[in-house]
Order: sequence, then C-alpha cells, then structure tokens
Amino acid sequence: MTTHTATAEVSTHIEVQAPIAHVFDVFTGQIGSWWDTDHHILGAPLAEMIFERYVGGHIIDRGIDGSQSRWARVLAYEPPTRVCFSWDINLHWQLETDPAKTSEVEIVFTELSPDRTHVALTHRHLDRHGEGWESRCASGFLTRTHTPPWCCG
Amino acid sequence: MTDLARDMPITRSAVSQHLQILKSVGLVTDRAVGTRRVCTVDPHALAVTRAYFDAFWTRSLAALRDGAEQQPEER
Repeated sequence: MTTHTATAEVSTHIEVQAPIAHVFDVFTGQIGSWWDTDHHILGAPLAEMIFERYVGGHIIDRGIDGSQSRWARVLAYEPPTRVCFSWDINLHWQLETDPAKTSEVEIVFTELSPDRTHVALTHRHLDRHGEGWESRCASGFLTRTHTPPWCCG
Repeated sequence: MTDLARDMPITRSAVSQHLQILKSVGLVTDRAVGTRRVCTVDPHALAVTRAYFDAFWTRSLAALRDGAEQQPEER
C-alpha cells in the first residue's frame, strides 16, 4: 500500500512476519539479498552491496569488474528502529556530489509483536534532484521499471 | 483524444477516464486546439520522479519482506 503525503516525497510501508532486530539486520547488513540487482549505476553487473553500519558510512555497490560506487551516505543508524541515508544519484543516473541536490530515504521499524514488524519507508526531498529526468527515458520509467534506467533510449 | 481512442482497444470514454487520472497526478497536460484537445506527457514533472520511486520502493519492501521471512535469524 502506498500513500503520498507531499508532492516531493513518496511513502510506502509493509508488515513482515519476523522479529524487528532480524528485519533491521536484513535491511542493512544483508541489503544485497533483497535489492533489485538491476538497479545500480555501475557499468558492470553488480557483484555485491555493502551497507556500512554507522553514521558517516556509505552504501557501496561493487561490480564484478572491481568497480565500485558509494552512492549513499548513512545519515542515521539506530538499530533496530531507524535508519536514514542519502540518495546521491542524479536524474541522469550519475553520482551526485552536491549534497544539496540529493534526496533522503528514512526507514522506521516498529515492533508489532515479538515476531511481527512494521516497516515504513519515506523517500523525501525528491524536488532537490530538480526536474531534469532524461526525457527520452522518462516515459520508459513508468512502464519498464525493472529495466536498468541507463538502458533506455 | 479521438486519435488516442482510435488506437486503443478500449472505448473513448475509458480513454478519457484514464487521461483524467494521468492529469490529476500531473503526468499529462492538455490544451484546446480548435475543437480538439491535445494531450502532452510531461517527462520533466516531479510526478514522474515520484511514480518511479513509488514503484521502486513498493517492489523493494516486498522483496525485503520475502527475504526476512525466509532467511533464518542469526542469534
């Protein structure tokens, strides 16, 4: 289920049949196990993802050719309830080095019972990326969200 | 609008309803040209960014759920 609470953000949430500490650990420490492997900005196929579990760390993608991309900065790390990171990728699918032009992703984990967890994700400040979606790709994003964006056009 | 409806396997009324939805979220704008209405997809709209991340995160959290429910816990 998805709701929109403001024009420059998207929110979504889900319930997971697992303890909060485990869900938090899978989200962070095992990010490569659930992340869409087609969704990265490396030139080579994705070999692994590393979530550095401390404030100031990064989320790092490593390609099978040894290339790597530090595309997110860890802004908050509060196990097992909250994590926040920046989205340092611009609308042309390149690394954005100006923090003022990056958006933020916040995930809040709430224990519903010892074996059930609510996960709420908000991706905010999307307007900071500007309005420069690669136009030839834009229509494709709506219908081909599984396709790596750089393959458009 | 007529041109759109001609190429779709649905009624003109259904096309109109779909366009209203796209207009309401800002993905499509339309303007009157004579007796016709010309629709334009706005690829630069923030709504496109939102639609993309909306789909991406919904899909990703479902994958997280499936992964967390299947993987054994580390104790």
